[in-house]
Amino acid sequence: MTTIDAPRSPYARTRRGLNLEKWGWIYMRASGVVLVVLIFGHLFVNLVAGEGVKQIDFAFVAGKLSDPFWQVWDTLLLWLALIHGANGMRTLVNDYVTKPRVRGILLGALVASTAVLLILGTLVIYTFDPCPAGADPALVASFCADL
Amino acid sequence: MPAKVTGAGASSSSAPLTVPAPRPPIIAGTLYRGREGMWSWVLHRITGVAIYFFLLVHILDTALVRISPEAYNVVIESYKTPIMGLGELALVGAIGFHALNGLRIILIDFWGVGTRRHRALFYGVLGLWAVLMIGFAPRHLMNVFGG
Repeated sequence: MTTIDAPRSPYARTRRGLNLEKWGWIYMRASGVVLVVLIFGHLFVNLVAGEGVKQIDFAFVAGKLSDPFWQVWDTLLLWLALIHGANGMRTLVNDYVTKPRVRGILLGALVASTAVLLILGTLVIYTFDPCPAGADPALVASFCADL
Repeated sequence: MPAKVTGAGASSSSAPLTVPAPRPPIIAGTLYRGREGMWSWVLHRITGVAIYFFLLVHILDTALVRISPEAYNVVIESYKTPIMGLGELALVGAIGFHALNGLRIILIDFWGVGTRRHRALFYGVLGLWAVLMIGFAPRHLMNVFGG
């Protein structure tokens, strides 16, 4: 006679405390909803409004990044999108890389590149000077002439 | 402790369990493979990886605003060439699909109807994606190829 678990009986919890996989799952959905708004807004302002991709140059970016609204927008975009993407890549690495050593190297590279790019991007947004000293006046935003 | 069921028919549940007759397979061997569920999953992975690698490059190219106006403008000019213009169209297509299918996944996870109607939702994703691209493509191609 065989003994089996009743269907739909709760599984025995073997681990307690913070369930990081669960929070990763929730993060993908929560950040995903916000990113839909942030990225569609980003694409509209940069690629559809005005002259589209043709309008993008240093002065255009300077105009945006000297506005606190776009600073916050781009910071959220940077952090939410890069962590969302890195966590997605972690899923793929776990799915397809079977050798523990290679998997460890790839996951380490993911964490390192994500940390470097988050710090770099955040520093760029908040230490950016839209009117750098000695820059060609033709290349910077028009408001630099008033300084 | 989970309740144990010994042998067949030992369930304490009062409602009799009816086992649905197996449906004739549409594609022999599996219900999942080759259908909407699989293709949405495949496309979600491919678009996700493509967007991730663009994001890495995009953070680095935007960081050039911190170097000099000239450095940023030289690199961003390459985004305005015909080949990169088509690349941007593909990128927006990938982002549009990933965003809409991501919302579909959230509906499947949190909404009972979403699970039952996941196939209809997939065609909804394709339809909305087509509308998005019909709106974006002419505008962007005019910006890239028009004078």
